[in-house]
Amino acid sequence: MPGLVHVQTTINGVQTDFLAEPRQSLLEVLRDVLGKTGTKEGCNDGNCGACTVILDGRIVDSCLVLAVETQGSEVTTIEGLATADGLHPIQQAFLEQAALQCGICTPGFIVASKGLLDQEPDADEARIRHWLAGNLCRCTGYDKIIRAVLEAEKLSK
Amino acid sequence: MPIVFIPTMLLPVSGGVKQVTIDAANMRQVIDGLDLLYPGMKSRLMDEGQIRSNLAVAVDGEVARLGLMEKVGEESEVHFVPAIGGGAAWWVGWRL
Amino acid sequence: MTSNQVLSEVEYRVVGKRPVRPDGVDKVTGRAQYGADVYPAGLLHGKVLRSPHAHAKVVSIDTSQAEAYPGVTAVVTAADFPFASMSREELGGGYQRLKFATDLIMASDKVLFKGHPVAAVAAVNPHVAEEAVRLIRVEYQQLPAVINVQAAMEEKSELIHDDLYTSYLGENSEKPSNVAAHLYFDKGDIEQGFGEADVVVEREFHTEMVHQGYIEPQNSTAFWNTDGHLTIWCSTQGSFMIRNAVADVLQFPISKIKVVPTEIGGGFGGKISTYLEAPAALLSRKCGQPVKMVMTRTEVFEASGPAPGSWMKVKMGAAKDGLITAAHVTLAYEAGAYPGSPVMAGTSCALSCYDLQNGRVEGYDVLVNKPKTSAYRAPGSPQAAFAVESVLDEICEKLALDPLEVRIKNAAKEGTRRVEGPVARKIGLIECLDAAKSHDHLKKPVQGKNRGRGIACGFWMNRGFQSSVTMTVQYDGTISLLMGSVDIGGTRASIAQQTAETLGIAYEDVHPTVVDTDSIGFTFVTGGSRTSFATGLAAIGAAEDVKEQMVKRAAQIWDTPAENVEYADGVIRHRSDPELQMSFQALAKQLGSTGGGITGRNNIDPSGEGNGYAVHIVDVEVDQETGKVDILRYTAVQDAGKAVHPSYVEGQMQGGVVQGIGWALNEEYFFNDQGQMMNSSFLDYRMPTSLDLPMIDTVIVEVANPGHPYGVKGVGEVPIVPPMAAISNAIHQATGLRMASLPMSPGKILEALWENGKS
Ligand code: FES
Ligand code: FES
Repeated sequence: MPGLVHVQTTINGVQTDFLAEPRQSLLEVLRDVLGKTGTKEGCNDGNCGACTVILDGRIVDSCLVLAVETQGSEVTTIEGLATADGLHPIQQAFLEQAALQCGICTPGFIVASKGLLDQEPDADEARIRHWLAGNLCRCTGYDKIIRAVLEAEKLSK
Repeated sequence: MPIVFIPTMLLPVSGGVKQVTIDAANMRQVIDGLDLLYPGMKSRLMDEGQIRSNLAVAVDGEVARLGLMEKVGEESEVHFVPAIGGGAAWWVGWRL
Repeated sequence: MTSNQVLSEVEYRVVGKRPVRPDGVDKVTGRAQYGADVYPAGLLHGKVLRSPHAHAKVVSIDTSQAEAYPGVTAVVTAADFPFASMSREELGGGYQRLKFATDLIMASDKVLFKGHPVAAVAAVNPHVAEEAVRLIRVEYQQLPAVINVQAAMEEKSELIHDDLYTSYLGENSEKPSNVAAHLYFDKGDIEQGFGEADVVVEREFHTEMVHQGYIEPQNSTAFWNTDGHLTIWCSTQGSFMIRNAVADVLQFPISKIKVVPTEIGGGFGGKISTYLEAPAALLSRKCGQPVKMVMTRTEVFEASGPAPGSWMKVKMGAAKDGLITAAHVTLAYEAGAYPGSPVMAGTSCALSCYDLQNGRVEGYDVLVNKPKTSAYRAPGSPQAAFAVESVLDEICEKLALDPLEVRIKNAAKEGTRRVEGPVARKIGLIECLDAAKSHDHLKKPVQGKNRGRGIACGFWMNRGFQSSVTMTVQYDGTISLLMGSVDIGGTRASIAQQTAETLGIAYEDVHPTVVDTDSIGFTFVTGGSRTSFATGLAAIGAAEDVKEQMVKRAAQIWDTPAENVEYADGVIRHRSDPELQMSFQALAKQLGSTGGGITGRNNIDPSGEGNGYAVHIVDVEVDQETGKVDILRYTAVQDAGKAVHPSYVEGQMQGGVVQGIGWALNEEYFFNDQGQMMNSSFLDYRMPTSLDLPMIDTVIVEVANPGHPYGVKGVGEVPIVPPMAAISNAIHQATGLRMASLPMSPGKILEALWENGKS
């Protein structure tokens, strides 16, 4: 079995140490090693966005990042959005706008949307559609997702 | 007595007769009655003791839920129609 | 201008409102547990070895190296399934059925599609399992692959099963064949009908195999306990279907199998069949630990149950005034490697939008060396609608009649007998056509070069089938509701709403839970547009049971016969003594001291589901340079009965439309001539993204279903039916092209444009 590497990262604001095989993806470590199963796997090859996390301020498909590459990085996953005081405005908007059906794509969409709104709090529909084009949803036809992101912009103000 | 419409595919069995009245109170009696009139009908409509899995029965236009136990009335019209699940059901171990 | 309209006849207190769903917070925070999120203690991971060939004899399998590999705990092949040690005599008439059911899960003598499972391995982690799988040596003897549905039907075709005969309603063909069944149904006399026509159009159509495209891959975790009880956690549309199918292939009593349905990341019909459960169970039995198996996306494409490709022929005749005088529809659908395509449902849907005097629907169930097809949203109907609605559009063109008016003229209505027999109860097609006619979309003409508009109708019969619900009154006046229907798209909400409405209590006071197969009565799949209707009816029945018991309890407390007590709007009253009344909550508090708790229950198998109809309008633009089709505007109109939660009904409509747009324009299984799928990833199997689409406008037309107390009917299937034809008709208006095959991808459109330019 390949040797394990010690990796130190900050995940959702908490310093986290883990051991990973060099071949393990960040997605695999989040789910299988760290028990953070909110990040979902839809394809494991970078084509669905279900595994989206924020890595040092940029959204990435965690299935395409090797866990050992995250040494010294900051990672935000879906588990890092809500606080004890309540949901993040994007989560709130998804809930109220019925922007999920089966919900498997939802963590990826919410994290990706956060990545957008952190930088562009007033993104319009076209921009949102463009930004979220890397996230697949098979249930909703995207309508209510786009509306939820627009609504989240309002809730954030 | 209920009127039974013979599926086109089985007209050779009924000698071309398209509809018959059968003295029956439920589907089991309908099929027994048909078979008495046109021997061989039963084996075409049934399989392993039940209505063939790619067929369903419509009594008075409504797809019947109870198979052979479905009641038919004095004035009822009985049609044999495609089962929604069709052939998908028979080999995965459940019937629609 | 985008909009979502609801045209309501009746308003209720809770039904028809848009509350937040009970499972919502868990799903937006990532806490909801889906199938792959199950991690019991001691978990091992399984992987499957799959056939690289579409058709081959399995000569030998050698698993010794894999078994010896460090970290491997168990290996199974077809030899480990009970079928392998049962004789033909023992199985009698059930021989072929059990062979097919077992072989699909684990191939024995032959592999019949690329991706067909041959062996499975359990190991300490998925990587080791994958490495071990590669150490299994299989010797194949390749056979020619049958990949085209028309070629498969020919007598000289290579046979996929040499002991399969064409069933012609119980009579078998003399020779074995790849056609498993041939059926047809008639109404009136089509020859006479065609004779009366002023115009007759006859066309052939092709469609390719497509996938449901749920984002969550198939997964299953099984634990075969030493006490002989098997527990399976999986994401499925029907836990009872999985239990029964596993019991069948493992020849194991259902009483010893518990299926625990997890949250499910989409299904659309594709998560009804069992694939991984039995191998995971056998691996677990061998090593005594729980085993999880999760498909890769490639495995999902190659080895789950996609929707069939098809060859179809439609002949339709109409009089000058647009009245359809006769129609003959022939459908040949790919079943895949084993019998059972949804072609029969296709025949039931093909002509069901119209009130025809003369019609014939005919279906062929055709085997090919491709994955065994399964249900996909309105199974069988979308292909047929593409063909029928395209031909009807051409008839309208030939007669210079408005396609909407012709549809109104011929529309099915209450009392219409479908070609295959059933009679329509109260249905809303005409109401939908009228709503389309007065919609802003149709009032504004399409403008601009290379642009066009199309409309099409769609039908799905909807379903009832078995559902079970129990509900317990808690002492604080809330309801704990248990159901067997898994929640794919908000049904916890719609069931809780119907319960709250019936009991006259707040929606927030109903707490629904989806439970395992040991905890509730038999419940059929979530699918076929049945859950809000049938499980809703079960919940209403259980709530009525609660009401009856509450009335009896109040009568007992007031020392009066139960006839003197009534229940209305969540209050229990003495009929003649206004002093005596109690709220639901007040009585709930007293249950413990007046004889104990109250649980309502209901198990049903209802009819009266009411057929679903949709009318879609689409505007497209065709790029003459690239052949790309853009959707400019889309409006979906649907008779939804009473929409329990309009947001989720709109969501079903929009989601179905977008799957239809994908089917129309891009999605297809691409096979090489060896029968190997060449595009088994989301990169190459191109599903619509947010960037490809406009907002999808919806109009919910609420024609109350008389088969349900609040007028509810199924809504999920029918929205995928009209898009392909509507888009094809729009492309015709934009370019003059009549597309006869799906998908209408840029390459195909360009080729057709060039052909057109030549002539
Ligand atoms: S799982 Fe990472 S993009 Fe699909
Ligand atoms: S809600 Fe099911 S995939 Fe998006």
